[in-house]
Amino acid sequence: MQIYLPIADLPVNVFLVLGMGLAVGYISGMFGIGGGFLMTPLLIFIGISPAVAVATVSSHIAASSFTGAISYWRRRALDIALAMMLLSAGIVGTATGVWLFTELRALDQLDLLIGLSYVTLLTIVGAMMIYESVRAILRTRHGMPATLRRPGSHTWLHGLPFKLRFKRSKIYVSAIPVWAIGFVIGFIGAIMGIGGGFLLVPMLIYFLRVPTATVIGTSMVLTLVTMASATVMHAATNHLVDAVLALILMVGGVIGAQFGARTGQKMRGERLRLLLGLLVFAVGCRFAYELVVKPDDLYSLRYVTGG
Amino acid sequence: MMRRLIIILASVVLACGAGPAAAERLVVSLSNHRVAVTSNFIGEELVLFGTVEPDPPTSALRPPYDLVVTVTGPRETIRTRRKQRMLGIWVNVDSREFVSAPSYLAVLSNRPVSNIASQDTLRRLQTGLDNFLLPQRIGVDVADTVRDEPFRQAFVRLKTQQGLFRESATAVTFLTPTVFRATIPMPAAVPTGTYNIDVGLFSGGVLVARTNSALEVIKAGFEQYVADAAREHGLLYGLATALMALVIGWFASVIFAKD
Repeated sequence: MQIYLPIADLPVNVFLVLGMGLAVGYISGMFGIGGGFLMTPLLIFIGISPAVAVATVSSHIAASSFTGAISYWRRRALDIALAMMLLSAGIVGTATGVWLFTELRALDQLDLLIGLSYVTLLTIVGAMMIYESVRAILRTRHGMPATLRRPGSHTWLHGLPFKLRFKRSKIYVSAIPVWAIGFVIGFIGAIMGIGGGFLLVPMLIYFLRVPTATVIGTSMVLTLVTMASATVMHAATNHLVDAVLALILMVGGVIGAQFGARTGQKMRGERLRLLLGLLVFAVGCRFAYELVVKPDDLYSLRYVTGG
Repeated sequence: MMRRLIIILASVVLACGAGPAAAERLVVSLSNHRVAVTSNFIGEELVLFGTVEPDPPTSALRPPYDLVVTVTGPRETIRTRRKQRMLGIWVNVDSREFVSAPSYLAVLSNRPVSNIASQDTLRRLQTGLDNFLLPQRIGVDVADTVRDEPFRQAFVRLKTQQGLFRESATAVTFLTPTVFRATIPMPAAVPTGTYNIDVGLFSGGVLVARTNSALEVIKAGFEQYVADAAREHGLLYGLATALMALVIGWFASVIFAKD
């Protein structure tokens, strides 16, 4: 069944898009991530312009992270204070990202920026996750605990001023790295159309030493707010959010996420991280391939004004 | 089909050709003057019927005739960009802006346009994809280039791939030496706006009659509403979309909540 998308200006198959929403939702529920880094490339692949894809996916991620956040809230696995702190910086980051997005769209370099940021982020984060999880799996093979607990280990980040105590996460850290992380996530989220969950979770664990129990719930709150505000800002400045496309993606996404979450809970943590690492790395390589290999067509069109 | 024919017969549009020889007159009618893009729009085909009439009625006709129908969509400005390898990756390095180029351009004829009239005549009448004026902004000037200029070629090729530019030598059929039918394809990605239909009648390589018609492509119903809202009330539209995300997210967690 074909449906015409009013902003993307092309007809798509409803079941195809719904299926994409389900599949990405399943993965996002399984790993506790937004899934934007998969959805945006998929939408571009079916012919939706990168700009519309990035803007629309933000609303889809907002929906799936809200579902997730509610269930973590029920289980009290959510650090509201930490989330608020990250958010205040996240909104500034999102606004900066949307502004840069608009500027670069005018300079014809948006596709390049999206491509480059995908390649660098995904390959590096993917490789790190694979390395870390393989080591954890090897350790369990040798009968040792999967994660090394080093409660006393402090990095230079813990020496910074403006210290704050976050009770639910049981951490005592400087506000500066919290702000920096929030800004970075908001910024790349707006530019790449990703929630940044797959970046935020490792950052919170490794840099701030937030316990695993509260990290996913907290990251979902942040993802929810940055993506909801990215939706509003993209709609207000670029007029590129396709509500019809968003609706189909959301419906598929939230259903898929519920089933994914059940699968995810049955799997071992380090196996899950290895799978996610491989997935992230593969998507990064796919983008690298596109940038390096000579394109089929050296020419492309961009609409400056309509009508 | 029957209904379409009735509509055609009922709405025959008379248009007087102001051709130079003025011995012929074109009478054309379009099957539908309005194409509505709704949520299930997957493209449409319009039919243009017409006859060649002697003008004045006593004058003699001069068959065989050739017919060229040129359909142009609303004008838009498009940048054509060229990629080049820089530091190992492919980057957009150069671009040309095509100023008020037609968003849709179909040149439909009964045989290849290059066989219908001389190159000079076609060039002068802007008949055929190769001869259509596509001005580019070069620095501060706006001018058309030679037709084999790479950016112009790429532009026409890309638009053709999108199904928005086409040249068809089989789209016009002469049912009798003076009665013709042309099919105008409207692909799903057709832009909204007013379309101009220019019908030119050739005899012996000379333009003998010409007439115009128009059609309109509009977004209808819900599509129209959404597109308008996104453009005119961006902020409200964004807030509504974000709210929709929250409602759906909340709804899912209620449905799937297991205690």
